[in-house]
Amino acid sequence: MVEKLKGIAASDGIATAKAYLLVQPNLSFDKISVDNSDSEIDRLKNALNKATQELGLIRTKAAEALGEEEAQVFDAHLMVLSDPELIGSIESNISDNKVNAESALKEVTDMFIGIFEGMEDNPYMQERAADIKDVTKRVLSHLLGVRLPNPSMIDEEVIVIAHDLTPSDTAQLNRKYVKAFVTDIGGRTSHSAIMARSLEIPAIVGTKSITDLVKEGDIIIVDGLEGDVLVHPEEKDISFYEDKANQFENQKAEWNKLKNEKTYTADGKHIELAANIGTPKDLVGVKDNGGEAIGLYRTEFLYMDSPDFPTEDAQFEAYKTILEGMGDKAVVVRTMDIGGDKELPYLTLPHEMNPFLGYRAIRICLAEPDMFKTQLRALLRASVFGKLRIMFPMIATLGEFRKAKAMLLEEKQNLKNEGIAVSDDIEVGIMIEIPAAAVLADKFAKEVDFFSIGTNDLIQYTMAADRMNEQVSYLYQPYNPSILRLIKGVIDASHKEGKWTGMCGEMAGDQTAVPLLMGLGLDEFSMSASSILKTRSLMKRLDSTKMAELADKAINDCDTAEEVVRLVTEYTK
Amino acid sequence: MEKRDFHVIAETGIHARPATLLVQTASKFNSDINLEYKGKSVNLKSIMGVMSLGVGQGAEVVISANGTDEAEAISSIEETMKKEGLAE
Repeated sequence: MVEKLKGIAASDGIATAKAYLLVQPNLSFDKISVDNSDSEIDRLKNALNKATQELGLIRTKAAEALGEEEAQVFDAHLMVLSDPELIGSIESNISDNKVNAESALKEVTDMFIGIFEGMEDNPYMQERAADIKDVTKRVLSHLLGVRLPNPSMIDEEVIVIAHDLTPSDTAQLNRKYVKAFVTDIGGRTSHSAIMARSLEIPAIVGTKSITDLVKEGDIIIVDGLEGDVLVHPEEKDISFYEDKANQFENQKAEWNKLKNEKTYTADGKHIELAANIGTPKDLVGVKDNGGEAIGLYRTEFLYMDSPDFPTEDAQFEAYKTILEGMGDKAVVVRTMDIGGDKELPYLTLPHEMNPFLGYRAIRICLAEPDMFKTQLRALLRASVFGKLRIMFPMIATLGEFRKAKAMLLEEKQNLKNEGIAVSDDIEVGIMIEIPAAAVLADKFAKEVDFFSIGTNDLIQYTMAADRMNEQVSYLYQPYNPSILRLIKGVIDASHKEGKWTGMCGEMAGDQTAVPLLMGLGLDEFSMSASSILKTRSLMKRLDSTKMAELADKAINDCDTAEEVVRLVTEYTK
Repeated sequence: MEKRDFHVIAETGIHARPATLLVQTASKFNSDINLEYKGKSVNLKSIMGVMSLGVGQGAEVVISANGTDEAEAISSIEETMKKEGLAE
């Protein structure tokens, strides 16, 4: 019987192949007293040699498959393996305590791991603890005579199944044979997911139970577009996904032709297709997918990836990299949006009954002016390196916007007084995600330079339905006429004042919503970089006058989201 | 024995890539080479030893070499320190 499992779609594509289980062997051992410590030291040396040879091989393979830079992580591993201090300590532990090599190895490496993990102000060193663990495991496997799974030795087409994939695991995956991978844990930004996208193989992460469900050699299908895994598929499933995979490949080739084009509708109207990013590293994806701007840079990752509040200089460097990288293309930077489901280890927030309705984003920033000013100063300093647009999240009232903008202007003046250059051409806008701001958009439009609609939150607040709660997930209805009316009100209000409206929520890249939003006159669409080309291709086929007619009907004639979807299908056939 | 004092100027101190480079340089020589910081001394040929010291910006460290090629070792290490903007 076919079994279907849902996970997080981490890398596009479709694959069908045998499962290869990349699970760790049992590396447990007993601490044994020995009389002859020389023979234990010989065993250790032997294991170290074998591990060094093996790692050298993996490093060569990694350099071939992924490039020199990715392979360098193994240089660090090799250095640990030949470390005189480490080896000396293990050897003296063996001879002083008269114990077996396994327990001496474990005791000494545990001590170093403890030192590095204890460096709490230094995340880099904490990561190095993982390198030592990796190396220890390899040496231990040789001491115990068990084999670590060696994905580099795979010689037929497989789908790799694992609890999680470490950097050294993924480095060994050979694209020629590894068609996809599926893991129990992880998210779209975990190491395994990022690696899959750079290898361009489909991946599904966070399935929770794939390693329990699948046995070595089982045929499975991975649909990285939807996040679906099919175990024991039937004939009809296999042929269905074969077709889907072919279609996807053909489509990708078609979309790629649009990479260097601007986005125009069938009747020649230009629409800005922008990308959402989280870190400067994402710029590569923006360029590869022909992004015309950045419509949302989520600066909270700067805060979340840092052991303490990021300094003004650290923030400045990140902003500058992105602005310079985009050249004359605009970059919308959203100021810190912590709170809700996003926490910081070094910022204690009160425990709340309803964190999404609580102390978050601009509400924290206005209450913690020093923290906010640091970010504003970094942004202002970076503004001379490109086309910067600043956006405040979670604005509910004009008072909040005025306060935030006043702080921005004050810091701008301060910097100028200090003799630091600041651009005079920065647009300042707000996210529209709280219904109160959407309803009062005509008033806001007089004071802001632009709006960007954050649909994920706007929908949850309008429907009063927690988007993390599966029992009310049916209320997440982006096509509901009520939501469309709110959006229309915002766009119209901005146009009346000669301003513009963008959208940076999931809805902007939703292929059913795009025709409606085009019809409503949305000026900028910002989405995951990987959705840009397919959206550009869709827009090319759509006539903006006809879509305006569609939007008008959806708003005035439709009663339900289902009716709207049917109408869209009719209009885009 | 050759000895030299260094004042660490690199913002992140001596770890990560700089530590690797120093260890690689030291490992080319036969002499025993040590790094001393805050009264603790470690083998400069050991990446684990160097990193476990947690040498930060502004630190004063002493590097000493003892052996047949001690003079060359120290000058080569000094060159690496300066080239990488690690210390002065």
